[in-house]
Amino acid sequence: MSQAETVAPIKNSRKFTMTDFQQLLLQARAYIALVVVISVFSFLSEAFLTPANIIIVASQVAINAILGIGMTFVILTAGIDLSVGSVAGLIAMIAGGLINEGLVLPMFGIIVYFQVWAVILISLACGALVGAVNGIIITRFNVTPFIATLGMLYVARGLALLRSDGNTYPNLVGKPEFGNEGFPLLGSGTFLPSDVVNGWMQSMSGSMPKILVDSLTFLALPYSVWIMIGFTIVAAIVLTKTPFGRQVYAIGGNERAAKLSGIRVDRVKVIVYMISGLCAGMVGLLIASKLVAAHPATGVFFELNAIAVVVLGGTSLMGGRGNIGGTIIGAFIIGALSAGMVMVGVSSFWQQVIKGSVIVLAVIVDQIQAQMQKRVALQQQQRLELATQE
Amino acid sequence: MTVTAVKTGAAPPAASPEVVLRAEKITKVFPGTVALDNVNFNVYRGKVNVMVGENGAGKSTLMKIIAGVEQATEGKLLLNGKPIKIKSVLDAGRHGIGIIYQELNLFPNLSVTENIFMAHEIKKSGVLIDEASQKERAAQLIARLRQPIDPNDIVGDLRIGHQQIVEIAKALALDIEILIMDEPTSALSASEVEVLFEVINELKSQGVAIVYISHKMDELMQIGDYITVLRDGKLRAERPMSEIDLSWIIEEMVGRNPASLFADRQQTFGDELLRVEDMTLHRVGGGYMVDHVALTLHHGEILGIYGLMGAGRSELMECLAGLRPEASGKVWLDGEPVKANSVKERIDLGVAYIPEDRQRDGLVQTMSVADNMLLASLQRYLSGFLLSKKKEASNVERLIGELSLKVADPQQIITSLSGGNQQKVVIAKGLLTNPKILLMDEPTRGIDVGAKSEIFDIMGRLAAEGLGVIFISSELKEVLGMADRILVMSKGKITGEFSRAEATEEALVSASAIGHGVKTLEVEHESS
Repeated sequence: MSQAETVAPIKNSRKFTMTDFQQLLLQARAYIALVVVISVFSFLSEAFLTPANIIIVASQVAINAILGIGMTFVILTAGIDLSVGSVAGLIAMIAGGLINEGLVLPMFGIIVYFQVWAVILISLACGALVGAVNGIIITRFNVTPFIATLGMLYVARGLALLRSDGNTYPNLVGKPEFGNEGFPLLGSGTFLPSDVVNGWMQSMSGSMPKILVDSLTFLALPYSVWIMIGFTIVAAIVLTKTPFGRQVYAIGGNERAAKLSGIRVDRVKVIVYMISGLCAGMVGLLIASKLVAAHPATGVFFELNAIAVVVLGGTSLMGGRGNIGGTIIGAFIIGALSAGMVMVGVSSFWQQVIKGSVIVLAVIVDQIQAQMQKRVALQQQQRLELATQE
Repeated sequence: MTVTAVKTGAAPPAASPEVVLRAEKITKVFPGTVALDNVNFNVYRGKVNVMVGENGAGKSTLMKIIAGVEQATEGKLLLNGKPIKIKSVLDAGRHGIGIIYQELNLFPNLSVTENIFMAHEIKKSGVLIDEASQKERAAQLIARLRQPIDPNDIVGDLRIGHQQIVEIAKALALDIEILIMDEPTSALSASEVEVLFEVINELKSQGVAIVYISHKMDELMQIGDYITVLRDGKLRAERPMSEIDLSWIIEEMVGRNPASLFADRQQTFGDELLRVEDMTLHRVGGGYMVDHVALTLHHGEILGIYGLMGAGRSELMECLAGLRPEASGKVWLDGEPVKANSVKERIDLGVAYIPEDRQRDGLVQTMSVADNMLLASLQRYLSGFLLSKKKEASNVERLIGELSLKVADPQQIITSLSGGNQQKVVIAKGLLTNPKILLMDEPTRGIDVGAKSEIFDIMGRLAAEGLGVIFISSELKEVLGMADRILVMSKGKITGEFSRAEATEEALVSASAIGHGVKTLEVEHESS
């Protein structure tokens, strides 16, 4: 104890140095990048920073963000999940089929139609199940995550196509006689009906400043954004405040040490892939609900977007380093960048070049920060040794 | 000892032989430890330059710097008096420096010739490999070493001793002046060692300087011309071998009066805490890693396990810690038979394991000091479903105090601590699981003297509190000074058991050599 106390003042008396400042900048880089992107586009386009546009961007961001949350868990264990796009497609098809065709049980000669909430739960469970299969293949049979989930990318896509023979399930509105109406609400519904909010806005325009009135639009946030917020909060709490989350970080940082600390590494990994599958399922549901149709090609290439937002958020592909907040910021950077470039009129070819460059640039900055952290750790140790020698 | 003509003929054989390579004031800092502190090292032409030191004294680091694997933080290298920069293994080769590692770096699937010329093939018109010249040259090199090896043989089919010769030939193919050998005999049988020594003498006569690292004192005395002793990253002494004897080496290596390191302990043991019978772990490809081992441990007892590398000590501990579910054997804890066979379950039963390799097995390098400490006992800090910051912090603080851990802020990253403090974090992690038994595999490896004695203090204190401690050490003084009872292992078997009073260095060493077929006196040992 005494040593700890004699050392403590050294740290406190330290001045705020240039390195500290650089470090702060580097640590806050994702936020800075987001602010820069938003400022540039709101300067270039007046419509960019309007509440209506923010809501549109946010509901697009929700897709990448939710996939990214699942992917963050996986990448924190130093794994990867390439199957999320296909799983989203498969789950969309499962949900679409359940609504339009019901669950056919030929041995009993009956067709079961579920209510919408049950459809959603079943679909999410299926997503988690696919994730569990990924996790079991990875842990039981020692297949690298890249290969296991690459296989699942094809398998899930194939199953999605098989579900309806390659056709789309159109018009997922349900039928009153089956009691399964209301699925489209998930993707496009809002807590407060938008006409109610619009009514308030009209009655207040004139008496209140415009900015305040406009911001009322946020009361009509779509469910997809609420779901993103909900997933973010739960994921952040799980990662930072539960033993499971701590174990996820430990496995990514040093799997052997984690195992020797009594962590059931295989079980944690399976759960992590289940979380990713569940998030993918949620995305599949949101897209099917928004389009009021389930298409088997839903979610093609989404896995790459998901990885991009995670990496952009500062999570290391080597595992053990990163957080949910970063992923969300990453998703907003990509979202704001895409929306902004469209509004400003950047050609779609250039959009890809720019997006790609931003992702690689982010990782380069990450590496710089890691180098710097190492140097700071070394300095810290030397200071500590000096202090204890006295 | 007379020196025969030096190959280059540059320097006439003189009373004081020529220094071919000189390392000057080398300092190497790693995150977590200062591996080398202002070390000078001379390599004499045509001589065997022996380097000794305890584990963690910095031998390997110095060799890696000379061989270009690592770069020194400070200091310089002088080759034939001229300063040189060695930035890579390739650089080292260009300067005529070759290294043979303890683990052979050969391609078992390729032929002797292909191995010798790997990455510097002889080429026809710069493109195609010139097989014929390679074979001819390989045959010459092997002839120079006077060994019956066919250059066409597949390396994987050769005996270990011959594989080592291939390594040497590989180094010679680069026209080396200096050959570093790191524990070259650790895998060799006695007759193979003789062959290796012949080869070394051959190389000496050809003017090659040998740097020879080993723990085996009799070998050093037999083959060495000059000896350099490192201790705790510092140079202790350099002497011609003819001027010194074994006790001098040991004194320089260990240095301090070993007794002062160890706290005096009251030896009062409680009831039997652990009983192991018939613990067996098969080796892949036949034989045993742990060969029907039985042992007991009492409350408050410190049991030391001594043995050479590969004697099965670490494997025995892994069996006890639940890391080897394939092991068979019976275990009783406090009289209760133990069925559980996973790490998690063993931890829950009160078995904490401090692994040998801190970096690889003990720490999560991406996490903070506090998070590392708490990792094995997270369930204890829950309130509801969530981890309680308060419970975490109070436990971290308690352990920092108890182990006098030197840390400015528990949230600082683990790699910013020195080796000794990192080891304390691993111990703290184990202690936070409220263990009854502490299994420690080489608990003082690679840490400085001060931290060592602190670790011993901690062990003694824990034993006094009623814990049972089993620890492995390769250092005789440690085992003799710290353990209440000593088991010696060799080839997976327990080959000796000594009480504190009975144990002597000689007795431990000869028990550790049983079954190795090395010239050794069979000792009587009783298992009491």
